[in-house]
Amino acid sequence: MAYSDKVLDHYENPRNVGSLDKNDPNVGTGMVGAPACGDVMKLMIKVNDAGIIEDAKFKTYGCGSAIASSSLVTEWLKGRTIDQAYAIKNSEIAEELALPPVKIHCSVLAEDAIKAAVADIKAKQAAKQAA
Amino acid sequence: MSDKEVMNERAPIYLDYSATTPVDPRVAAVMIPYLTEHYGNPASRSHPYGWTAEKAVENAREEVAKLVGADPREIVWTSGATESNNLAIKGAANFYASTKGKHILTIATEHKAVIDAVRELERQGFTATYLEPEPDGLVDLAKFKAAIQPDTVLASVMLVNNEIGVIQDITAIGNICREAGVIFHVDAAQATGKVVIDLENLPVDLMSFSAHKTYGPKGIGALYVRRKPRIRIESQMHGGGHERGMRSGTLATHQIAGMGEAFRLARIEMATENERIRMLRDKLLHGLQGIEETYVNGDLEHRIPHNLNISFNYVEGESLIMAVKGIAVSSGSACTSASLEPSYVLRALGRSDELAHSSIRFSIGRFTTEADVDYTIDLMKSKIEKLRELSPLWEMFKDGIDISKVQWAAH
Repeated sequence: MAYSDKVLDHYENPRNVGSLDKNDPNVGTGMVGAPACGDVMKLMIKVNDAGIIEDAKFKTYGCGSAIASSSLVTEWLKGRTIDQAYAIKNSEIAEELALPPVKIHCSVLAEDAIKAAVADIKAKQAAKQAA
Repeated sequence: MSDKEVMNERAPIYLDYSATTPVDPRVAAVMIPYLTEHYGNPASRSHPYGWTAEKAVENAREEVAKLVGADPREIVWTSGATESNNLAIKGAANFYASTKGKHILTIATEHKAVIDAVRELERQGFTATYLEPEPDGLVDLAKFKAAIQPDTVLASVMLVNNEIGVIQDITAIGNICREAGVIFHVDAAQATGKVVIDLENLPVDLMSFSAHKTYGPKGIGALYVRRKPRIRIESQMHGGGHERGMRSGTLATHQIAGMGEAFRLARIEMATENERIRMLRDKLLHGLQGIEETYVNGDLEHRIPHNLNISFNYVEGESLIMAVKGIAVSSGSACTSASLEPSYVLRALGRSDELAHSSIRFSIGRFTTEADVDYTIDLMKSKIEKLRELSPLWEMFKDGIDISKVQWAAH
């Protein structure tokens, strides 16, 4: 399997590996995929009061393309609003990493992880306002 | 892979001896004259070119027979173990179908050359049982005995498994077959030079051999066909009636001479070589067991010293393959462009897909050094650590979460 230089770069030097405090009210967590399918992505974002993503961390169990997709989105997310983050499309990720057709699902998973993390932070914010 | 990377990379360390071995230089030296000088056809009876080639073929036949305790007249040359397996299984099943029946008994962890030959017989109207081994890879004798049917014509069980290296109890299995009047074939492609084989005293009727797993050339193998009591097979290759009609085709003198020399060296050097390889394997095993959550696949006691098959939990298979580029090993995943297929052998042992995917087969051989093993241990330690650092499953495991109980979103 031939990987693009960008995938190899992210695989060899993954950016923003790690976790944030999941109990922090400003941290949203998205966990998508399943071990049996060969990919699990966990994406965590820290959002300030202005709705801007200050930090993003990931951990991924999966192939090189899955690792690269999640590493890439952590770079993209920082500095964006959660609405801008929500708008990121898997096709942008696939294009940036030059993913072959059989690896498109990795970029779909990364998009799902963003959406899950955003949904989580929105739910936390709604709970805070209700309280 | 980028060009830059190819240039910067040195050749990976070869730890895939179960896939194939390099030809021993001493073997290559014996082969070459039969390509350029003694190029006669061993079947030519009318001139010295033929006589010289024939002598080489018969010397080699004797060497092959000697390594496995057989009579040279019981050795039939083939193109390799795949052909030997096909010739033995289809040849005997077809010859004895009318007298013994049309059921074949084999093991789910056999090599594809056996499994697919049996599947072909199923298409021709035979029935077959693919017996599951125990979780340690070994055949349960009682289950084997129970799987024999009144119409079982042939059983096929490999001596040494190619993926996990376990050694089956061929004597006990053969005795069960004898009692039941079932013809017994053994695929010994992975066994020569690694375990002692004494066909004179083994209850085995047919046995397949390959040269290239034992430092000989690719493209040559042999089938042992017992003379007393005589086993008959229907030939699968028709032509000039070579090899007493069992396998037609001009004999490849240089290949045969190479196989003979390779098997001669194996006979002489096996005992000391195995000792050295066991030392290296134990060192590798000890080093890798220092990594948490590793699982050895297959029984460790009834196993050739050359093989170590280990699963590294919470590491995904394809990323593991990317990580171990510094060594040439075989993975429990066949990585096709579309998806990962877990090894059917590991699945038959009851391993989960995840563990089967994260397995590596290390196979050690004649030219493996202690430095190779040290490098491999260090490489595996650092790469597994890095991939686990990245793995959310590893983090969950470390937090005491039972991953099998998590409700995963389907995708």
